[in-house]
Amino acid sequence: MNPLELADAEPGPAFGVTLDGRELEALPGQTVAAVLWTAGVTSWRTTRGEGRPRGVFCGIGVCFDCLMTVNDRPNQRACLVPVRPGDVIRTQEGTGHGH
Amino acid sequence: MGTERVGPRSGPSPRLAVVGAGPAGLAAALAAAGRGVHVTVIDSAEAPGGQFYRQPAAALGARRPQALHHQWRTWQRLRDGLERHLAAGNITHLPEHHVWCVERRPGAPQGQRPSGTPGGFTVHALLGPGQEEPVEVRADAVVLATGGYEKVLPFPGWTLPGVVTAGGAQAMLKGGLVVSGRTAVVAGTGPLLLPVATGLAAAGVRVAALVESADPKALARRVGTLAGRADKLAEGAGYAVELLRHRVRTLVRHTVVEAHGTDRLEAVTVAALDAEGRVRPGSERRVPCDTLAVGHGMVPHTDLAESLGCRIDADGMSVAVDDEQRTDVPGVWAAGETTGIGGAALSLAEGHVAGRSAAARLRGREPDPREWAAAATSRTRLREFFAALDTVYVPSAHWTEQVTDDTVVCRCEEVTAGAVREAVGELGAGDVRTVKLLTRAGMGWCQGRMCGPAVAGLAGCAETVARRPFARPVPLGVLARAGETGERGRAPVESEEPGEQPMEAGDPGGLPVEAEGRGGPPVE
Repeated sequence: MNPLELADAEPGPAFGVTLDGRELEALPGQTVAAVLWTAGVTSWRTTRGEGRPRGVFCGIGVCFDCLMTVNDRPNQRACLVPVRPGDVIRTQEGTGHGH
Repeated sequence: MGTERVGPRSGPSPRLAVVGAGPAGLAAALAAAGRGVHVTVIDSAEAPGGQFYRQPAAALGARRPQALHHQWRTWQRLRDGLERHLAAGNITHLPEHHVWCVERRPGAPQGQRPSGTPGGFTVHALLGPGQEEPVEVRADAVVLATGGYEKVLPFPGWTLPGVVTAGGAQAMLKGGLVVSGRTAVVAGTGPLLLPVATGLAAAGVRVAALVESADPKALARRVGTLAGRADKLAEGAGYAVELLRHRVRTLVRHTVVEAHGTDRLEAVTVAALDAEGRVRPGSERRVPCDTLAVGHGMVPHTDLAESLGCRIDADGMSVAVDDEQRTDVPGVWAAGETTGIGGAALSLAEGHVAGRSAAARLRGREPDPREWAAAATSRTRLREFFAALDTVYVPSAHWTEQVTDDTVVCRCEEVTAGAVREAVGELGAGDVRTVKLLTRAGMGWCQGRMCGPAVAGLAGCAETVARRPFARPVPLGVLARAGETGERGRAPVESEEPGEQPMEAGDPGGLPVEAEGRGGPPVE
């Protein structure tokens, strides 16, 4: 059993996105965080201070732990942003502004 | 993006804005919309339901979403009622509208003036997942049904990827039909842990343990004295059966003392608690897992009420309301968990009362409480039940003893427990605000929503209402233009790239910021 089976989900056709250049499969309706969890990825940001890894924590957009860069826009909350075909998703270090 | 649905407006009906489309907001909207009031429901999610009835994204094509839910028939009634009123034009639903402020416009409140004259309220929201485009909604009265959010107390390792809030695990499951791993531990305290554990287990996750620091037997003893709560006990018994069916081991009077791993969670250490809430030496054992869903109760969302000047109950950190669910600000009602944590059934009762009262008063009529006697009775009983629950499901009294000095407490600003202790012990901070100014704990993106209770506990001071001027981060450009837009109008969108808004000096990232660098969560 997996969650899609549990809810008897029949999503539309899967499409491709990239995470740091790597091809990942995404389903319509998923958030970026859901795509990454499905691919077994649980961390995609390092903190500004200690460079520690972070991923989803609150899952509802409150905590800002799951920040990442989507289509060159840094600091997007992966748990809120819906994924779109061809999205270029990148892990984020520190502020996401390259300094 | 969800589709905005606007029904045809007929005549100058009074306008009620309901913020939040969870059980309280929907109950309020349905109660008012049937009674000659035009209701606009403004909500941050793509679809109605709030956290409790969070639905899978439509494009996922879930044909059996009820498998993820409890009290599905209640949801069907709410959903069908909403559909009917949308079709009849009594309700407008604005999804993906993130409300950051409700503004009282000058002029007499509705009820003391003819409909359509100046006065009333402007609800300011940001549109869509980008949350940069402003929208304003005007109304004669407002129901705040903004719900609550989860409290999580820190422990060594709690920032490791794979450690998620219990509510977050549930939201990702209900909304995205995903889980973060194969083996989970569900831990903390409170009634939310039960549906989270059974939900994950039903979705194919091996739940290695449900670790509850309280002793629910105490609840059974207390609730036994309360009349009419048999349904609540039956609900608890239902979860117990589900846990057994999925072979989930439940450890009461236990706690997770540490999460282990380098780049992600690999195991947790679970230990027994003694009668005083201290870890029993020698009782520690290691449980391998890749997911820890942890939560220590819920906190009301009160930001919008605070910025409107509504009285906040200092003990409960919740919005104070009267028997009609009115706040002390004329024209502002509040219902559901923003007025105190009490679950979906209580939220429905409160929402119903708020909607009935608002509709009557908006039409210039003194409401008769006998109209909502059943909801009021249900409200009384459920409040008693949750008051009893609150005395049982409390974090263990000595949780701070497990928090080592090098444990990060403020996740955003990476402030350690040691720094908080130093601010109190050596620098003499005597309240949460001073600790914040000395350490930056609570000054980051989440504005202390994650670390607020922890900082207060570690500092040994009372938790205080945060006084955030806005309920979420707002781009400076939106603030500069606020008030220039018309009803539901949109300010001109400038060509600058979202996420590249002018930032305050020293702002940590590319996020929209609020004045004084304050931010906030979604309203639900």
